[in-house]
Amino acid sequence: MTTTTHDEPNYMGVFWWLLALTLLELGVIYMPIHRMGILALLVVLAVSKAVLVALYFMHLKFERVTLGLIALSPFILCVFLILMLLPDIFPH
Amino acid sequence: MMSEAAATHAGIEPQETPLTPESWGKLGMWLFLAGDAMSFGCLIVGYGILRHASSNWPVPSAVLGINLTAFMTFLLIVSSVWMVLSLSAIQKGEMARFQKFLGLTILGGLVFLGCQAYEWTHLITEVLPHHNLAFGRDLFATTFFVLTGFHGMHVTGGVIYNICVLIAVSRGRYGAKHVEIAGLYWHFVDLVWILIFTFVYLV
Repeated sequence: MTTTTHDEPNYMGVFWWLLALTLLELGVIYMPIHRMGILALLVVLAVSKAVLVALYFMHLKFERVTLGLIALSPFILCVFLILMLLPDIFPH
Repeated sequence: MMSEAAATHAGIEPQETPLTPESWGKLGMWLFLAGDAMSFGCLIVGYGILRHASSNWPVPSAVLGINLTAFMTFLLIVSSVWMVLSLSAIQKGEMARFQKFLGLTILGGLVFLGCQAYEWTHLITEVLPHHNLAFGRDLFATTFFVLTGFHGMHVTGGVIYNICVLIAVSRGRYGAKHVEIAGLYWHFVDLVWILIFTFVYLV
């Protein structure tokens, strides 16, 4: 019985990054900056964490590109959904 | 030469897809997760749009609190690490280590669900009535319970799945590739919570 063959990622290294990014998120919400700045920082941090989990824990970094495209397909749907609803989000 | 159908009936796996050469099941799981991600994506986008359109949305961290959920986030991240360590162990044939780490992953999931049950009970009985909020009466509480409830059901499914895998491996019916597939589901649940924690609790 075989599984994907590749060098084992540094799982503990990824864990410390995820922990650091989570602590950073908790710190960001108390930063004395504009709300949109906080929102942008939180989105960047959350997406960074999600990418780390997908690339290293789910081994997407070591898979074929096509599998990565399958994994990305839901985000395309989300972008379409937002675009389709833009007239309702900003009616004027 | 045995045909593919005959080979299947004889209990021999047909030629594997080149996309995931090690297992059809892995490709199946990725396709399932892509569909599931669309469900979560629609819920999160819908949440964002409703929140944007609402003129009196409460500050989530003030109503929901973030200490417990920060701990829950930490717990799911740690359980994801335990999951990859259990996969690493079974790939090296270290069964005792595999059982320990998958057992810890299951325990992490159960503690997460316990924390969520406590959080919901606390919110429903004490916090939300104080703010005059309730499920089905306003968008803030309704979207919160739908999103976290949908995720909680996935955690419940993941815990049951992992228990089944642990039992099947112990009986010699499952191997490393099955653990890898179960791991994909568990990491997906972790990944979605990372987004929910940010968009529902912190933003």
